[in-house]
Order: sequence, then C-alpha cells, then structure tokens
Amino acid sequence: MQIEIILNGKKVAMNVKNDEYLADTLRAHGVSSVRKGCDTTCCGLCTIWIEEKPVLSCAALSIRANGKSITTMEGLYNEAEEFAQVLVAEGSEQCGFCSPGFIMTVLAMKRELNNPTEEDIVHYLTGNLCRCTGYMGQLRAIKKYLGVMQHEPCR
Amino acid sequence: MFTIKEFAQPKTIEEAYNTLVSKRNNAVIGGSAFLRMGSKKIATAVDLSKLGLNYIKDRAEHIEIGASTTFREIETSPLLINHFNGVVSNSVKHIIGIQFRNIVTIGASVFSKYGFSDLITALLALDAEVVLYQAGRMSLNDFLERPYGRDILISVLIKKNQRQASYQHLRNSISDYPIINVAVSRLDNQWNIAVGARPQKAAIAKKASEVLSNSFSLEHLEHYADIAAEELTFGSNERGTAKYRQAMCKVLVKRAIMEVLLCK
Repeated sequence: MQIEIILNGKKVAMNVKNDEYLADTLRAHGVSSVRKGCDTTCCGLCTIWIEEKPVLSCAALSIRANGKSITTMEGLYNEAEEFAQVLVAEGSEQCGFCSPGFIMTVLAMKRELNNPTEEDIVHYLTGNLCRCTGYMGQLRAIKKYLGVMQHEPCR
Repeated sequence: MFTIKEFAQPKTIEEAYNTLVSKRNNAVIGGSAFLRMGSKKIATAVDLSKLGLNYIKDRAEHIEIGASTTFREIETSPLLINHFNGVVSNSVKHIIGIQFRNIVTIGASVFSKYGFSDLITALLALDAEVVLYQAGRMSLNDFLERPYGRDILISVLIKKNQRQASYQHLRNSISDYPIINVAVSRLDNQWNIAVGARPQKAAIAKKASEVLSNSFSLEHLEHYADIAAEELTFGSNERGTAKYRQAMCKVLVKRAIMEVLLCK
C-alpha cells in the first residue's frame, strides 16, 4: 500500500507492506539515524517522533503513519548538534550507537517537560539503554543542556 | 514473525465488528507493539484508530477511558493522577519507556488479559468495568473470568468515589516486566486485594479481601497477606519461581494495605 507522510517537514510517498514497521521503512528510505538495537521494543535506539511524540519506530506500523508527521534526527540537525556538543564536553559520547535515539528522547523531553527535576529526567529516559556510559555523563550533559539547577547533585 | 494480509481502518464500531467476525483469522490490532512478539497470521487487521476511542472523560459517576488511549496519556492524565491516590497512573509508569507507552493502548492490554499487565491489576482493585460492543457492560472481574471471545472493547469505566488505593510491584529492573504486582483498595470498610503477574492474569484474592473487610485489625496484617498468598496460584517463568512470587506477594500485600491506611 502507498502511504504519504510528512518526513522532517517534506511530503513523501512510500510503498509499505501491511506488516512493516517504521524502523524498516525509514531505513529503506535512507534515514540512517534510525537504528535497530534490540528489535523487541526495549532499547530506545529507534526512537522517532510521530506527531511530535517520541515513539519506538520498531513498534509502530508504517501503514498507520499514513498522513502523519514523522520527525527523525535528520530533521532536527541544529538542535541535535547543539546537544551533541554538550554530550562530548561531558565525556558521555562513547561508541555513539545509541545516540540518535537518546538525542531524540532528550529533545522531546525538552519540549514536553517544563523545568524537570533530576528524577523527571531519569524517568523520561528509562526507555533508552546505553551500554557504554553508565548514564552519569549523560545525566550531567542533559542537566547542563536544560539548565537544570546545578546545586542538585547527580546521584 | 506475524503477517498481515489486509489492513482495515473502519469508521464505525459496527463496521469494525463486522470486519472482525467476517473471517476466523481477522484480528483487532491495538497499539501494535506486542504484535511483533508473536507469530499471528492475520487475514485482515482491524485498526480502531479512526473510531475516536482515544479519550479520558470525567463523567458524572465514572471516569471513562476509551480503548485507544495510550499508557502515556493514562500516566500523565491529571484526572487519573488526582483520583484513587494516582494508582492507575502509577501502575503504567514503569512499563518499558515513554516511547513505548506512547504506542500501547488500554484496550489492547485489557482485552488481551495479559498476565504481565500492571494496569489490569490496578483496575481490578478499583472494581473497574469494561464496555464491550457485543457483550455490553460488565465488571472487569467478570470479563477476566470469561473465556476469550470475538468482541471489541470500547472503554473502561472507573467509578468515581472515595476509594483509596495503593499499587505495588516488584521488578528485576525498573523498566522490565513485573515479577509480581499487587493493588489494594478500600472504600469505606470494603477492601479489594488484586494480585497480577503471578504470572497468570490478575485476580482478586477474594477470601483475603473478605476477611479484611469483615474484621480489620492492624495487628493481623501478616494474616491477611498470608491468606492472599495461600488462596491464589502462582507459576514460574524466567523472572521468578512460584515460591518466590508467593513469598513476595505477602510482602507487597502487607505493604499495600499499610499504604492505604496512610491515605488521607
């Protein structure tokens, strides 16, 4: 079936199978920031936005995205780069494989939560796994990026 | 791997039901997240997303949650956070991650009677009801005890009252499936103890709830928890043995009762 989506602000028509998931559809379309880690809805690597909400593209059927707005990291280049610089400065960018999904979730959180606490940040990011950093560097980077009060120590 | 031959997005619930029953291997798809874990061969997948079932409404006597409402909407709903000590919202907030909860729906979880469900346990303790297109309105408890059938869940109703409740769960890690979960509620002197992820579907510990309702005493908390753990059956899987679940059930029931007692 042919679907039409707004991919990063541009109208795109794609042919999809009825049982195809967006992670596969987008990668086949050359969107390389969308990565499959676990492929069982656990790791958050494949995070994209549908209608501005972060979702797992490995769990969202492509056919249901018909007519909807899809955002990937390619559509948020400047913002993603700005946050990536903070990640690098905090030494929390290691192998980088989980970064696109992680960055998409952080940018969604920035829009959704107003002045989040450390607890809010950790809760929002529970669905993003990273096997390198141990999360502390990432947490420092997010707090710095969001301007969370620095007197709140990382635990 | 599952497969879908045809895809239908009906505009009315009647059309959805007629499509569903027109062929044996037609199926309603909820959020579609759990589909990939199975190997169903679906002839026509019936997608309910065009039926306007995505809502949480504050009715005169009930809170009504439409079948297509996502777990994230349940988690963040001020209405649900501010009723029943927020147990409905609390029950879904540890399920995998926000990206997952933005997809999965209450209708799919409740209708599928998932054994690992956190939400069903909380709803059961609150004495929730379900509205089905064919079978009509019934208590969630009755629905869970019925055999699986071909129907469409339209909404879940929770009576608006002064019920106080607590939700407790045990997990290997915060976003994993629960090893066991417990919800306890009290309305006046009527108590409800629900236990889920046993790993069978959630059930009310009827005897323990009755004893607790008839003769509550702070000194006998262990006794009520023991009755609940003894009357229900527990099984083993990769997350825990039946014996471990039974032991943890006692701890969580006691903890939940104590938390309800502290509710104001």
